[in-house]
Order: sequence, then C-alpha cells, then structure tokens
Amino acid sequence: MTEIDEALSPVTRASGGSTGGASSAPPLIRARGLTKRFGTFTAVDGIDFDVAPGEAFGFLGPNGAGKTSTMRMIGCTSPVSAGELRILDMDPDRDGPAIRGRLGVVPQQDTLDNELTVRENLLIYGRYFGLPREECARRADELLDFVQLADRGKDRVEPLSGGMKRRLTIARSLINEPDVMLLDEPTTGLDPQARHLVWDRLYRLKQRGVTLVLTTHYMDEAEQLCDRLVVMDKARIVAEGSPRQLIERYSTKEVAEFRFAPGIQETLDGQFEGLADRIERLPDRILFYADDGEAVVIAARDRGFHPETVLVRRSSLEDVFLRLTGRSLIE
Amino acid sequence: MSRVLEHRALQYRRTFRASIFSSFGVPILFLTAMGVGLGGYVDRSADAVLGGVSYLEFLAPGLLAATVMQTGSFEASFPILNGLQWGRIFHAMAATPLRGRDVALGNLAWIAIRLTLVATIFSIVIVLFGASRSPMIVFAIPVAVLVGLAFAAPIMAFTATQRRPDKFAQLFRFGITPLFLFSGTFFPIESLPGFLQPVAWLSPLWHGVEVARGLMLGTIGEAPLLALVHIAVLVAILVVGAMVAIRKIDARLEKG
Repeated sequence: MTEIDEALSPVTRASGGSTGGASSAPPLIRARGLTKRFGTFTAVDGIDFDVAPGEAFGFLGPNGAGKTSTMRMIGCTSPVSAGELRILDMDPDRDGPAIRGRLGVVPQQDTLDNELTVRENLLIYGRYFGLPREECARRADELLDFVQLADRGKDRVEPLSGGMKRRLTIARSLINEPDVMLLDEPTTGLDPQARHLVWDRLYRLKQRGVTLVLTTHYMDEAEQLCDRLVVMDKARIVAEGSPRQLIERYSTKEVAEFRFAPGIQETLDGQFEGLADRIERLPDRILFYADDGEAVVIAARDRGFHPETVLVRRSSLEDVFLRLTGRSLIE
Repeated sequence: MSRVLEHRALQYRRTFRASIFSSFGVPILFLTAMGVGLGGYVDRSADAVLGGVSYLEFLAPGLLAATVMQTGSFEASFPILNGLQWGRIFHAMAATPLRGRDVALGNLAWIAIRLTLVATIFSIVIVLFGASRSPMIVFAIPVAVLVGLAFAAPIMAFTATQRRPDKFAQLFRFGITPLFLFSGTFFPIESLPGFLQPVAWLSPLWHGVEVARGLMLGTIGEAPLLALVHIAVLVAILVVGAMVAIRKIDARLEKG
C-alpha cells in the first residue's frame, strides 16, 4: 500500500460518532485515558476522544470541568500526567516544539503585546515560527484584512475593544497557517455583535478546511460552530456526538417553560405528573420536555395551571447538559 | 532565543530616546554631585587617604558597576513579571515552537545589550569627566555588564516564582541597596568594621568593582590572577543563575 492509500484508508474510530464528512482520515488528535493532575487534584480524569481533519470539535462544559487543562495539553504547554495523547501523529512530550509549530492557539486570556502596534504583534509572532520577515509582512496584511482590522494596523493594541483584540488574537494564531486551531472560549466576555463577527470568521476558516478545536460554556456557540462535541463535567466526558445527535439522544424535540408568580411554584410540587416526558424544576421556572410543547401548554391549562409566562421552544444543548448533570451550564 | 531578543528590541524602540537620555543623565548627576562635589572635600581633607587617587577616580568605576547592577536587577524583575503575569507575552511565546530556555536566554541576551548600552554611555561620561587614568576602561564595560548579568540571572529565576511584585520592594531594599552602598563603591571595604569585610567579599558587585577599578586606574597588572578569580566568581553566578532561571521559567510556563 502506498503512503497516499494508507492516508486515505478508513480508520476504525474508537469513539464512534459521525464527523463533519471527514471520518475516513486518521485522527489529527487522539487521546486515550488522557489525565491531568495538579498535586492531588485531578483536572482531567482519563478522557478519550479523536479529532478528525477538517472537523470542528468542541469541549462543552461549565467552568472547572477540565476544558482548559485539556486544551493546554493539546497545545503542548502542559505535560500529560497519564494516558496517551498523539497530535498530528507526534508525541507532545518529545515533539512539543514541532507540534506547536503547526498549531494556532487562541488562549482564553489575551496575550497580545500592548507595547506594540496591531501589525507588529503579527510580525513578531510570525518570527517565532521562523518565518522570514517578508513572509511575515505578507501574511500579516492578509490576516488583518481577514479579521477586518486592516485600518488599525498602525494603532497600538491597548485601546482596541475586546472584540477587536480577540480578532487580532485569531489573526495572530493563523500566521503560521496552522493545521489545527485551538480556541479556548473564543467569545467569552464579548458583546453579542462582536461574538457574531468572531463566529463568522471561524466559520469561514472551517469552510477552508481548517480543523477547529474549541472549548465553550455557551451552548449556542457549540451549536453554531461544532460538527461534533463532547460534554465535559467534573473532569470527565459525559456524552459525545453532534449537537443534533446529543439533543435527540438526551432531550425531547421541544420544551415548554413555565414561569409562575413568586412563591407559587413551590406550592405546585407533584401536581404535574403525566404532563410531559420529563420535568425539570429550576429555581425560577419549570421545564416540560415533550415532543409537542403546545400540547403540554394546553393540557396544563386544562388542569387549571396559570403560569405568568409560557415559552415553547426547541431543545438545545443546555437541556442536554441539564439532563446529563442536573445542573445548568452557566451558574 | 534570537526571536525573543528581536521582540524585546522591537518593544525598546518606543522607549529608546528616554532611555538614552537617562543613561547620560544618571552618571552626569552622580559624578558631579559625589565625585566633584563631595570628592572635593574628601581630597582636600585627607590627601593620601586613597593612595594618591582622587575621590572622583576612586568613585567612577564603583558607580559604573553599581549602576549597571541596578539596571540589570530591575530588568530581571518587573519586565519579566510583566511577560509572565500581566501581559502574559511569554505565554504567547510558549504556544509557539519556542521553549522556556528561549524565553530565559533571549531575555538575558536582551538585558546584556541594554547593559552594554548603559555601561558604554557611563564610560563615555567618565572619560569626559577625566575620571579614568587608563584606556583599559574599554574593558571595564564588559566587566560591568557581567556584574549586571550576575544579578539579572538569579533575580530572573526568583521573578519566575512570583505572581505579584510585592517582594521586589524587599529585594531592592534589603538586597540591592545595601550592596550598592557597601561593596567598595563609595569607600574601600577596608573601612568597614572587620567582621563585615568577609560579607563584602560575598557581594558580586564588590568583585566587579575591584576589577573595574583596577582597569580604570591602570593597576590591574599588579594582581592579574586575583582579577581572574573575581571574573570567575561572576561568571559562575551568571551560569548557575541562568540555569536555574531556565528551569523556573519552564515550570512557570507549564503552570500557565
């Protein structure tokens, strides 16, 4: 078998799950029993996953679930405590610099140099990858266009808005034309408009075939960007699949949300039996999971319930998370 | 390593002018006030107290080494903590093929360049004041830089273990300032109480001052072996300090 045949031959994927049409190539990232410990604290507890080329793969979970620790191990900046991790068919322990040379990292906290201009930040970062100066300059101009900062090239970084800094960080992470982008909470702390701009750019990168690995605690972000994701909670993976698969598997088609006047909800305990497939009581509202949300609303009215507000919506990853962990994603 | 150096140089372009200005200003002020002003009294009141050397000539090499020590110590504290903690630029470097040793050695190399600039300007001012007796002052420049690096390397290692700048004040107050005053900079350590003299021998600054003074007074040839021992002590501190700094910066970047 030639090398090309080998590269194209189907590989049995241990973790199953469909991918964004790229499941036949060997995984770019492969983790088995991946563990990170800090002293006696276990931040990542023996997780398995594969990321296929061209796929947008997400780690969804609340703060402290172990997402960032996992990302830092993939980014080869934090050593693996136990288990197996292979990235681009290399060993992070031995080949850290070589792997990092092919990654584009967008960290949770901006690490831009405030003392330099926007464009200088890109230029110097390109130099870290050993690119010649002319090449850095060419790519910097292209990337500034791509993230819509071309007119800010000569400005200092300091006064830029949070969204602009994020876009600059994304541009910076692309200077080495990476095979894989690692994005740790790419839009946390941004206003809605800035988030959509970032999502749009990431979506374009995905269209170009760049593999995206991202963490998020926003379900809408995961739904927008991820072909496939794992739900993390307390250092472990609790579910894996595409957003749609996860919703089908762990939730119903629709959800009816009832809000009662303050103090009323507590008095209604145990009176909703049979109204829906599943009922979740949150402090401020009650969620009824059913394939037909409207039917639940009608049935509840018939029983004489009068909620202040009623909302019927489609199930989301938030509901999946609630089902899997009994908690909300953002507390 | 050279990439990190390039980064620091790019940052420096912005503060270059102010930095050059103060590099001239400090020696002019000190040599005028202490060398010429205070020195005038010293020379008049006790003619042969320094073995026929004017106080200005005695002071100049001490101030040169001490100033470079202070600059080196500063450069290894706040700017390094900035890269690790506030601006986190070193963490951005760690996400590329660069390693902790590149960050540590690149910054030390940058500090060496900074110190060379400071020491050269200082030496020019010394010559303009007529405070050097020997053209060997040219070699006092690398000696002063070595002193600065012998402080910068271990301080960089210390900085890599810090998350806040709180302890820097103590470091400067109880470490750098006493060394500045009692390392033979302003008066021969023979004037110290007997029990304090061996303590002065432990000061890296004293070793540097002795060599720089020998070079500028032209007396270095009288005890060349001793000069080599002084240099060896400084090199040893620099090498060990740099090795520890690499390890500490590596560990810090791993922690995130």
